[in-house]
Amino acid sequence: MIPALAIILVFQLIGEVATRSLGLLLPGPVLGLLLLVLSCTLRPALAEMLRPVVTGILGHLSLFFVPAGVGVVAHLGQFRSDGLAVAVALTVSTALAIAAGALVFRAVVRWTGGSEE
Amino acid sequence: MTDAALIWSYLTQGPLLWLTATLIAYWLGDTFFRRMNRQSWANPVLCAVILLACVLGLTGTSYQTYFEGAQFVHFMLGPATVALGMPLYDNLRRVRKALLPLVAALLAGSVTAVVSALAIAKAFGLSDLMLASLAPKSTTAPVAIGIAEGLGGEPTITAVLVLVTGIFGAIIATPLLNALGIRDWRARGFSLGVAAHGIGTARAFQVNETAGAFAGIGMGLNAVLTSIIAPLALYLFQ
Repeated sequence: MIPALAIILVFQLIGEVATRSLGLLLPGPVLGLLLLVLSCTLRPALAEMLRPVVTGILGHLSLFFVPAGVGVVAHLGQFRSDGLAVAVALTVSTALAIAAGALVFRAVVRWTGGSEE
Repeated sequence: MTDAALIWSYLTQGPLLWLTATLIAYWLGDTFFRRMNRQSWANPVLCAVILLACVLGLTGTSYQTYFEGAQFVHFMLGPATVALGMPLYDNLRRVRKALLPLVAALLAGSVTAVVSALAIAKAFGLSDLMLASLAPKSTTAPVAIGIAEGLGGEPTITAVLVLVTGIFGAIIATPLLNALGIRDWRARGFSLGVAAHGIGTARAFQVNETAGAFAGIGMGLNAVLTSIIAPLALYLFQ
């Protein structure tokens, strides 16, 4: 477990250092994600070694958003005057974006003659 | 000073109390979510947040004090993002096969998320600061904050908007996609990851492994695309 965790942290560390020193807009962990994919492609044995820890982390992905979510409550006061406008903008645009993405995906799958899964 | 007050003052100085509280609140939220047959409105993040907010309010604890304990959980967001590379690796072949639909859906979802949010906010007459804070709300929090700062927005407002977007997307996705008749798990997961980042991805993993993998891919790609689209869209609306 510890070697796998260390490797994941090393990917994140390389990602953070690289994005900061190169001034990339991409966040460090996203670069770390790409490094993990690349490394696993080059060394498939690595994927099997990391898998148990990764499965454990991803199984509780929701948990990691809780502290930031509590911060939302602490900042709700800022939205007293703009609350309605912000709520409408967020809800409508999020629903539209999900619908647009899914409908376009399906349309292109059908158009290119692929099969749905 | 009574013993209870002594113990309380000891607990409030270390991270133990609020780290424990965060895990228990999530445990309760997750149990509630399972009891409700994984209905999307019983979102475990939302339940845990409401529970903790009530406890903080009742005990008069500041968010800063709470975060000293909760930061260990918060820290795991970084490694968890790296870990999302694994489902991408496992699905590389399927991603290559569905490259065209993925690129088209990414463009559609990303542009819709930014432009429709800005159009509605502009129609309500929100300030430029608010527009800049709102533009990147569908991307994962660290990216969104970086984008908002670059656009002259307010990072704390962006953080709140990102969280609310994620929770709302996670709640609405299942009924919305059912109503649209979308049955392809790749389309369902990917569109949710693009529109509602990590919280949407977490929700997708709860429903279906394939949906979760494609949601993670959508989240990662949208983080890159929004950093290009948001400045362009904002320029149109300011």
